[in-house]
Amino acid sequence: MYRYDQFDATFVRERTEQFRGQVARRLAGELTEEEFRPLRLKNGLYLQLHAYMLRVAIPYGELSSTQMRKLAFIARRYDKGYGHFTTRQNIQYNWPRLDDVPDVLAHLAEVEMHAIQTSGNCIRNVTADHLAGVTPDEVDDPRVWGEIIRQWSTLHPEFSYLPRKFKIAVIGTETDRAAMRTHDIGLKIVRNDAGEMGFAFYTGGGQGRTPIIGPLVKAFVAPEDLLSYLDATLRVYNMHGRRDNIYKARIKILVQSLGAEEFGRQVEEEWLRIKDTVLKLPDAEVARIRSYFAPPAYERLPAYIPEFEAKKSADPDFGRWVRANTDVHKVDGYIAVSISLKPVGAAPGDMTADQMDVVADLSDAYSFGEIRVTHRQNLVLPNVRKQDLFDLWTKLKAASLAEPNIGFVSDIIACPGLDYCNLANARSIPVAQRLSRRFSDPKRLSDIGELRLNISGCINACGHHHVGHIGILGVDKKGEEFYQVTLGGSSAEDISIGKILGPAFSYDQITDAIETVIDTYLDQRTGPAERFIDTYRRIGIEPFKEKVYGGSKERRPAAE
Amino acid sequence: MVVLKNGVPQPNEWVRVADDAPLPEGAKAIVSLERWQAERDTLRQRNAAIGVSLKSDQSPLQLADDLDHLSLVALEFPKFTDGRAFSYARVLRDRLGYRGEIRAFGQVLRDQYLFMLRVGIDTIEPPTEKRVEGYAEALREFSVFYQPTNDDRETALRLRHGLNRPAESAAA
Repeated sequence: MYRYDQFDATFVRERTEQFRGQVARRLAGELTEEEFRPLRLKNGLYLQLHAYMLRVAIPYGELSSTQMRKLAFIARRYDKGYGHFTTRQNIQYNWPRLDDVPDVLAHLAEVEMHAIQTSGNCIRNVTADHLAGVTPDEVDDPRVWGEIIRQWSTLHPEFSYLPRKFKIAVIGTETDRAAMRTHDIGLKIVRNDAGEMGFAFYTGGGQGRTPIIGPLVKAFVAPEDLLSYLDATLRVYNMHGRRDNIYKARIKILVQSLGAEEFGRQVEEEWLRIKDTVLKLPDAEVARIRSYFAPPAYERLPAYIPEFEAKKSADPDFGRWVRANTDVHKVDGYIAVSISLKPVGAAPGDMTADQMDVVADLSDAYSFGEIRVTHRQNLVLPNVRKQDLFDLWTKLKAASLAEPNIGFVSDIIACPGLDYCNLANARSIPVAQRLSRRFSDPKRLSDIGELRLNISGCINACGHHHVGHIGILGVDKKGEEFYQVTLGGSSAEDISIGKILGPAFSYDQITDAIETVIDTYLDQRTGPAERFIDTYRRIGIEPFKEKVYGGSKERRPAAE
Repeated sequence: MVVLKNGVPQPNEWVRVADDAPLPEGAKAIVSLERWQAERDTLRQRNAAIGVSLKSDQSPLQLADDLDHLSLVALEFPKFTDGRAFSYARVLRDRLGYRGEIRAFGQVLRDQYLFMLRVGIDTIEPPTEKRVEGYAEALREFSVFYQPTNDDRETALRLRHGLNRPAESAAA
């Protein structure tokens, strides 16, 4: 993985000291809260319902074991002993004190981490496929480009006061595990007809109150032009994006109002002027950064490991976990392991400091000291030998980290909701917890199969409800929490925006309503191979509506 | 009122003139874009230097044919969160090749000052209630820069690879 050189290390130290000064000026009254707010946000520091929240950047979702131990240390010393992994592959601490934050940042800097641009109206921390570098059929490793984008976007002098936040995701395969087209810029690494590698730009996607699937704005940008094309895109947005209405300020609104073609033309015009300047990316820098992502020292192993296969059938629990929680690795004899942060009844994405230490140790023992964070709020050990898998599973189980539910209905994405967030209309975490208890039987989960359930506590859609196979949106009706259900969304390569099922449900009705939706799917599917989303696409929303609302417009009573 | 150049206070030689006020004889004067467009021919004839100030929704492309006559372009930051003028400065330097003075005024705060210099702004008019020493401090906060822009600060990338930036501006 990437290591800081003297420039990166000096920079992050200087940034930490700058923030220390900003906090001191705020406490001395030299900065108003209004002036301080964007400064602290650009260092990941929010003021929430009960306390400050610090969001630490995990660029493109990659962590070393050393970094994970530091996150555990911070959780213990400055928080209440846990942290929360987010849909942007970052980690949040919910209870730091303002005057401690400069010290937290100094601790992070020691392990080459920071909280730069995890919030604010600037280019946010870049995300990527969590299986980058280990998944087969990858055109190129998104981490290389994620790091190049991280450096380019860090304290960008022109683009630090954008109309609104700006999120970039990078993938290198046809399969989209990073919800690429829900981003302000989604980058897909592709090959052109000549077989050269480059980037397809999907610009102007987004969620929030106006969900939009990012249109293809440019089919191929050569690697040397990546930064100039990004600069041109951001410049057009910075000058022409709306600043009169916060809800219309994202680039998606500009792209929609101009049309993708006209937007692309304006970017092209700007880009042609700057593409042959100092923004041209030298091959030597790409090579330097690429060298950090060289594969670890894999052993030569057979693809088929008899004792591993035997264990899977001998121990059904192990077999079930392997089927749900592992992905194919590009190297024979290895496998990528997902660690679910969604045990029954827990808050999705939460992890205790002790669990962080366990995962750090296990990654050293079994995965070359490397860990990934997924946008579905889970972790991945990307490089595990199949022959070690049973031992790893045993140790994960002992730390309550072996829930076999990756991709299933209890692998829920949820925002912090009204329990923490001052934007929320409704609680998200307790709804996720109730659903996770309702769908706790591993056999039932695997019978239902792949089902993406996402919960947002308000229309800002941090919990990705628009692109869940089942989406739940918390709304406020005269001071009472209600939950609107959408069906048919997807954030993967078959991306779609979910449709509203009907009238919203109360907090006490929502779990039953979701169960009815799932029972309807089980009744209607052609067989276990037909996923929920496939059935929905085949039969449409009506059969679900009929079952849930009993054919009438009235809601079923909660007690039923 | 002072202006800051590279963090150092300087006397302000320029007068911003309201649209309905007469131009001060012999003094450097800044007029609005509207006034410039209405009175271009007479303003070009005056003996003292002339500058134009742009609001944050006025693109410098509207001055493309006038820049030879302008000694200064002033960019307004009506609120510090309105960052359009950062791009306007780059358009003036990179795209329009403007070599005159670019000035920022309005809510220009110390924590944006380094960004302003990096995109090609020369001078700023700091709000009167702010401590001007802070602006000079802000310029010393960083020694490492990732983005190639209009100023002469070397980027980490070029230092890593021993690439010397041409002495001329980065503009193509």
